[in-house]
Amino acid sequence: MFQSRAQKFARRYEKPNPDSRDRSEELKREIGEEETFFSLMRRMAHENKLAVFSAIVILLFILGAVFAPFLTRYSYHDMDLLNRLSAPSAEHLFGTDEAGRDIFTRLLYGSRVSLLTGVVPTILSMLGGAVLGVISGYHGGWADALIMRLADIMLAFPSMLLAMVIMYMLGGGLINVFLTLALVNWASVARIVRSEVLALKETEYVEAARVIGVPERTIMFRHLLPNCLPTMIVLFTLNVPSAILTESSLSFLGLGIQEPRSSWGLMVNAGRQFLYNAPWLSLVPSIAIMLIVLAFNFLGDGLRDVLDPYQKR
Amino acid sequence: MSEILIEGRNLTKEFTAGRKKKVHAVTDVSLQILQGETLGLVGESGCGKSTLGRLLIRLLKPDSGRLLVHGEDVTDLSDKEFGKYRRQLQLIFQDPYASLDPRLCVRDLIAEPLKTWHVCRTKEELTQRVLEKMEEVGVPGEYLYRYPHQFSGGQRQRIGIARALAAQPELIVCDEPVSALDVPVQNQILNLLNQLQESKGLTYLFISHDLSVVRHISDRVCVMFLGTICEIGKTQEVFQNPMHPYTRFLMNAILPPDPHRRNDQAELLSGEIPSAVNPPSGCRFHTRCPYADERCRREMPALQDAGDGHQAACHHTMN
Amino acid sequence: MSGKTLEIRHLNTSFFTQKGEVGAAKDICLEVRPGQIVGIVGESGCGKSVTARSVMGLVKYPGRVVSGEILLNGTRITGISKKEACSLRGSEVSMIFQEPMTSLNPVIKVGRQVEEVLLIHKKITKKEAKKEAAKILEAVGISDVASRMECYPHQLSGGLRQRVMIAMAMICSPSLLIADEPTTALDVTVEAQILRLMKKLCEAGTSILLISHNLGVIAQVCDYVYVMYAGRIVEQGETFTLFDHPAHPYTRGLLGAAKSLRSDAGLLKTIPGVVPNLLHLPAGCSFSPRCDSCMDLCRSEMPDMLPAGEKGHLTRCWRS
Repeated sequence: MFQSRAQKFARRYEKPNPDSRDRSEELKREIGEEETFFSLMRRMAHENKLAVFSAIVILLFILGAVFAPFLTRYSYHDMDLLNRLSAPSAEHLFGTDEAGRDIFTRLLYGSRVSLLTGVVPTILSMLGGAVLGVISGYHGGWADALIMRLADIMLAFPSMLLAMVIMYMLGGGLINVFLTLALVNWASVARIVRSEVLALKETEYVEAARVIGVPERTIMFRHLLPNCLPTMIVLFTLNVPSAILTESSLSFLGLGIQEPRSSWGLMVNAGRQFLYNAPWLSLVPSIAIMLIVLAFNFLGDGLRDVLDPYQKR
Repeated sequence: MSEILIEGRNLTKEFTAGRKKKVHAVTDVSLQILQGETLGLVGESGCGKSTLGRLLIRLLKPDSGRLLVHGEDVTDLSDKEFGKYRRQLQLIFQDPYASLDPRLCVRDLIAEPLKTWHVCRTKEELTQRVLEKMEEVGVPGEYLYRYPHQFSGGQRQRIGIARALAAQPELIVCDEPVSALDVPVQNQILNLLNQLQESKGLTYLFISHDLSVVRHISDRVCVMFLGTICEIGKTQEVFQNPMHPYTRFLMNAILPPDPHRRNDQAELLSGEIPSAVNPPSGCRFHTRCPYADERCRREMPALQDAGDGHQAACHHTMN
Repeated sequence: MSGKTLEIRHLNTSFFTQKGEVGAAKDICLEVRPGQIVGIVGESGCGKSVTARSVMGLVKYPGRVVSGEILLNGTRITGISKKEACSLRGSEVSMIFQEPMTSLNPVIKVGRQVEEVLLIHKKITKKEAKKEAAKILEAVGISDVASRMECYPHQLSGGLRQRVMIAMAMICSPSLLIADEPTTALDVTVEAQILRLMKKLCEAGTSILLISHNLGVIAQVCDYVYVMYAGRIVEQGETFTLFDHPAHPYTRGLLGAAKSLRSDAGLLKTIPGVVPNLLHLPAGCSFSPRCDSCMDLCRSEMPDMLPAGEKGHLTRCWRS
């Protein structure tokens, strides 16, 4: 009797349904193959033009930073005291500052520092914060208590003060700025990721993974972390500008990048005293910061949409 | 008599709910699941059937009691030591959507157990195995790179089954696998489960609140009320000759799809299910039971055998 | 009795999505007579809830009623102002939903929630409202009313919450109660209780439009049944006629599936294929790709509701 039932089933599954075959052919054309990095980018290019434009802007800034020496005939520290505070002209595209240095040149060289201080410490703090947040949320118990108390301590201090203390202990320099900013920012990332994970770990698919015997590590980094991605992208776009600005404050206080090297934050600050008679001193680097921040925002939006499984057809 | 696959002895599980409140989810339950059978677990919501199902595959650890797999006591094993049993004891869920990670495509979902247990050496082999599993459950291979939300409820449930199958289990706990589905789709899934059982010799613990479904699929039925077992026995026996009053009331509440058989006259259970935070003393059913007397309020009845493995926990067994 | 409590004429309700217009309810003609329980049955996504929501004027964005007329006790209620619709809801026609937890406000005591309905629709004092509320709560089978009225929704069980919902719906004695899957979220023993309560309400003079996917529920309480598939009514008839002699192949499939579960057949009956996407409906009869007695005509033209044997039994099938 068992045999016959199984046979009946076999027949039912073999019987080709002409209609479903048509549909599946159509689907095959629709979905194609596994999604790779390039197909992902292509889809984003197709769906979100603004994100592509933003990516191009970011790329231009990066190129400018890398090829700065070839793009300008001045150097960032050459002073031309006869041409102090001159307005933008063909000679000096964005004018000159109080020491007669070409602002366009300083902007290019400054972007090396600012782009790096915007992105590197943010990525560091995101990575660290996300890993600690996931462990804290999923593992719970003593790990949770330890990590969250540490985070509380970090958050309880005024972040500027904390950054100054760390900078003072480590000394100036770019690498130390990175470390400082990462140390200051990880706690808030960890908190947000943890709260997200607390909600996600109750979902059935996490239980389903546990049933299969998926190791804890894999559950954390394959199931939980990717589902925190939308939040993390938003966090990233918020943290990049704040890192750029924190760096400028530190530099202003004499703890970050030192003159005659330049960073955008430093330029904004230095130009403040000439805001009335030479506004371009502050305005140019401010606009640069704004552009890069907006570009990261739009790119983040585009990435989030493209990575969202519900948007996939 | 077939071999005992899983045995729970005096399992008890309580959850804390708020301050000092305890939910008595499962109280002193002993249950055996035999190799190759389908054991139906019936009860209303909050009766502890899902908790019991999870205790029996050690997804939850009991507060007290023992769990035996193939006669070996696994209650106190560490998760690592339990590892070899893990893949043998699988679970499929009620909501086939919530149980599939929305960020993984079908291939990755079904490949997960295979990867976890290092079954395949190459990527091609893995994809091949995934396609085999998809075919077994009747999901077209073209859907390999689609995401869960692009499927209908029935297809999602099939994917959930394929995932469980990929672990090559002996026992699958089916936690209300069809209650979110429409009847024709529900029937397809039940047929599939039956077919898989025959071709692979699987054992099922089938949890459901729907007596008709349980009656169709089960070899034996176990009726639960508020954390305890009321009645257990061969399906035929229990349905034709219910011994516990609760079982009878459950059957009275069945709504046949036939206007000629309206149950207007059938005696219905009055009142609501008592809270599991403060379960009644004695027999937990006594507050709703029309036959309850002083003894029922004092003493919790033990399961008594009426022959052929048909047991009921009642001081006044029906007949 | 004369007149009709509810009459729907050629109702079309669509959802306007980015991918195009989705006709969720198409050309619906439906009647509820006084003292009747009328059922709408179908699988999820067939348009039963949308039809009910159209009557209440509660279709969710981006959906709206495109055309058609809805008459309540002979008065047209399509195209009336929002204010008028509001005063109708609750007093003339009311609705209960599947999930009684989310339909009640969790931070207000249930007694107050019931009273509020009265205070909105009738000019009475708070004291009178409280008395009325207690009376109706008792009438829907809640014991120990005084203390239950002081409870918050989460302190009540699902069955009790659904009873409270019914009490709220019934308190202004509407002529029509729309029940959208009222027992789906409830336990089996409680389900039977609620169905009996609805029957009692009907005997007391309220007409009920009962929506369910469960043929068991429909067979138990309904006088007249509409079967829906892919946004259209495909069969309608007296409960007994329809269950004894189903004329549409879809109805036969549904009934067969439900009945085979109760028989001892090894293999359960199903309907081959899947419910079509409302955006890509097949040409002709929507059921034609899944139908075992499909003809050429079925693939090219959608049939009208045609008489099938007994009086009042109509079906949307060329083979009738």
